[in-house]
Amino acid sequence: MLEIRAVSKTFNPGTPNELRALQAIDLTVNDGSFVVIIGTNGSGKSTLLNAVAGSFFIDSGAISLAGADLTRWPEHRRAKLIGRVFQNPFSGTAANMSIAENLALAAYRGKPRRLGWPLGHALLSQFRDRVRQLNMGLEDRLKNPIGSLSGGQRQALTLLMATWLRPDLLLLDEHTAALDPKSADQVIALTDTIVRRDKLTTLMVTHSMQQAANLGDRLIMMHRGRIIQDFQGAEKKRIRVDDLLARFEEVRRAELLDESAAEMLRRVYV
Amino acid sequence: MSLLLGALTVGFIFSLVALGVLISFRIFAFPDITADGSSTLGAALAAMLLVHNVNPVLATSAAFVGGFLAGTLTGTLATKFKINGLLAGILVMTGLYSVNLHIMGRSNISVLGSSTLSTYAERVGTALTRNNTLNVMGWEITALEASLLMASFLFIVLAGCVMYVFFQTNLGTAMRATGDNNEMVRALGVNDENMIILGLGLSNGLIALAGAFITQYQGFADVQMGIGMVVWGLASVIIGEALVGTKQLGLTITGAVMGSVLFRLLVAIALRLGLNPNDLKLITAVFVFAALVTPGLLKRFKTLKPRSSHA
Repeated sequence: MLEIRAVSKTFNPGTPNELRALQAIDLTVNDGSFVVIIGTNGSGKSTLLNAVAGSFFIDSGAISLAGADLTRWPEHRRAKLIGRVFQNPFSGTAANMSIAENLALAAYRGKPRRLGWPLGHALLSQFRDRVRQLNMGLEDRLKNPIGSLSGGQRQALTLLMATWLRPDLLLLDEHTAALDPKSADQVIALTDTIVRRDKLTTLMVTHSMQQAANLGDRLIMMHRGRIIQDFQGAEKKRIRVDDLLARFEEVRRAELLDESAAEMLRRVYV
Repeated sequence: MSLLLGALTVGFIFSLVALGVLISFRIFAFPDITADGSSTLGAALAAMLLVHNVNPVLATSAAFVGGFLAGTLTGTLATKFKINGLLAGILVMTGLYSVNLHIMGRSNISVLGSSTLSTYAERVGTALTRNNTLNVMGWEITALEASLLMASFLFIVLAGCVMYVFFQTNLGTAMRATGDNNEMVRALGVNDENMIILGLGLSNGLIALAGAFITQYQGFADVQMGIGMVVWGLASVIIGEALVGTKQLGLTITGAVMGSVLFRLLVAIALRLGLNPNDLKLITAVFVFAALVTPGLLKRFKTLKPRSSHA
């Protein structure tokens, strides 16, 4: 179970660029729940994922996962419990190293790195089997540098790497946003398969309303560092793309109203 | 002939510097210039211990440990204290100058009277040949020269193999991945800061080892001897990459050794032809500069050409 308690984060505090990215976020995610997060640009959805992953320390609040308080854990220590796929296909793999070496790095996620030999026969044949299941023809190219692959292939491999050892939490940060539509569909299908098969607790940030409506069992909408909507269970199942777009339009109008009201007040009183 | 043998031997010894630079500059993409200080540190430690009749193997190992610690210091400054990598190297290198003077007690020490790895090698060489001179294709060479060359060659082969195997282990793979993509290795549970610290330690350990060997080869240590080591190593690595490419780890290691030997040979020939030794470092620096900018210039030249033909 992931518990996020009153988590706040402000970037560049006390400067003109001050950004209150997370404002007292509370969120509890049950084991095996697949949560999709959507929101306007700068709403704090990626920041929330990075806060959980430990890319930075939060200003206040607490984060716990699988019974452990992660709040002060450095990023590499949290990786023992958390698997991640990034938006940028270049971020999740080491381009100059082979597919097999990348997978081997992932097969030891969170374990001490000693002088043992990473690429044993058993592991290599496991790699070949699992890579074959991707249906990308990569199983015979395990020795090729990963940098020679397409973005879609790299994201599929990163997903495989993040889930090679079953993580207590899977974080997907717009992991199909940089892909062409066909590759994006492939990676999404793979995501759905893996998450269902391993019953992974998952947080997925996306820009695609289609994905938000179709995937997961819970949908969270963020705006200006807060969670403004939380659809679960039957309510989540009923959600259609149009409903989401309508909700976004509401948010946008409210924002316009804020601004025009402020403008009016300024004209009257200042 | 003796000049050739000397150049080869020094080339092999200095290829340890090339291997060290390969680790810091290429594997970690970390511009570590601690080397100028750590090579002298290795020389100073070895010389001081040898003068006090410490076993040469022990003295040489101490040089490696000293260099290793210097490297971890640079790594710690750069990672834990977030100091710019170049500046961290400069700080440690500058500090080491005083440390080296303290170790040696004066600006240079002779080890000619002590038993060193060179005297070991000579004893083995003389025992094997039962003679003081050898006849190779009509040239008379001394057993000392031949045995020093063989010893340095064998050591470099050993060091290269150990390095090749090490960088394929779990630890070594994690280190290479750190240089490639540190965001990824953190996400896979590797403490990338510790990897950099350890990597720079190994790099400078090898470089200090070169200092210790060269001291025993030439018979003295000098506090100035480390100046230009980084550029030397970089030149060797660049020549090596031109010779064998950068695709495979094993090839890059071999290339760095070959680059070092070839560079030393070229230098020996140039000196023989009357090059002023004072110009050597300037020429090395210009060479590295040229090697760094030429690929970019060539690319720009190639992309410019078709455009101008359309105009």
